[in-house]
Amino acid sequence: MAIDTVAHAAPTVGEHVVTSGSYITHHLGHLRSKPQPGIIDFSVINYDTIFWSVLLAIVSFLLLRAAAKGATAGVPGRFQNAFESLVEMVEDQSKSIVHGDRSFIAPLALTVLVWVILMNSMDFLPVDLFATAFRALGIHTAEGHEPFFRVVPTADLNGTFGMGLVVFACMIYYGLKIHGLGGFIGGLFTAPFGKHPALWIFNLLINIIEYAAKTVSLSMRLFGNMFAGELLFLLIALLGATWVGFTTQSVALAGLQVLLGTGWALFHLLIVPLQAFIFMMLTLVYIGQSHEGH
Amino acid sequence: MTNMAFVALACGLIIGLGAIGACIGIGIMGGKFIEASARQPELMNTLQTKMFLLAGLIDAAFLIGVGIAMMFAFASPFPA
Repeated sequence: MAIDTVAHAAPTVGEHVVTSGSYITHHLGHLRSKPQPGIIDFSVINYDTIFWSVLLAIVSFLLLRAAAKGATAGVPGRFQNAFESLVEMVEDQSKSIVHGDRSFIAPLALTVLVWVILMNSMDFLPVDLFATAFRALGIHTAEGHEPFFRVVPTADLNGTFGMGLVVFACMIYYGLKIHGLGGFIGGLFTAPFGKHPALWIFNLLINIIEYAAKTVSLSMRLFGNMFAGELLFLLIALLGATWVGFTTQSVALAGLQVLLGTGWALFHLLIVPLQAFIFMMLTLVYIGQSHEGH
Repeated sequence: MTNMAFVALACGLIIGLGAIGACIGIGIMGGKFIEASARQPELMNTLQTKMFLLAGLIDAAFLIGVGIAMMFAFASPFPA
């Protein structure tokens, strides 16, 4: 029903008729260095993901730096209070999970938390904001429509996988640092089943699967939540795209869009910090697990 | 059936079966949390933090499936 209505209403963007399917695929495209030929291709770079993640990393760095520089020993203001409670929460969690030198790990967790919250919050911007801005400024690609531009870096599997790989590198680094090279490799072969040589191959397989599962699940959990959230915002926006004038159906659908959009945005207001918190907690838990001898 | 018909069926199965697992898991965990809060109300706040963490973990596989199913539905890599 909605698809028929859109096809009949057929809003045009420039000279390009928009259907519901093309609207969604347009909004799911990345600003790429070149078209992606297959599922995995390492020569393709998503410039929008890189741009937004670096920009938000700088913003989160400046935010935390402002909170640290302006910290006074007297009565704290609201800004300092907020960041103090944040740092205290991260410190408590890291103290209970990681038993060892936390001078790098706790700031790592705090950075991950603030950065991922900022990146996830990009999902609250209206879906057509940058498309409209590009159209108003007259920026368009060689094909005549405005360029693809995804603003949520964590809704790109490349973004979350990059972070997951850094956590994987931290797991290996701390495993090597705490247990030494021999202890780490020995642990790969003897945990969790036991020291008997017949079990070595099973232990190794289990450990490989464990490391892979931790990294992949960490990345894909964040990606899945943010991608599904973004896609639902797009689908809700499609409801209002069927506007043909002040008919009953158009007004009803537009009202429904506002209602559903508000509801989903409120739910997403919970999911955004929750997923950042989960990412931070799991980073701490995995690094803490590398500290122990299994 | 065409390729797209199979893809549509696949999307339905991915989301539906994932939802069964996620909802049952959250239901069991929520029930245990409420039971524990009734037994020891002073632990409610600490348990609530852990409950949200677990909710995120339980929903993880389901939402990964939703992401993949949505990708199949709208940006399908299969030949039509």
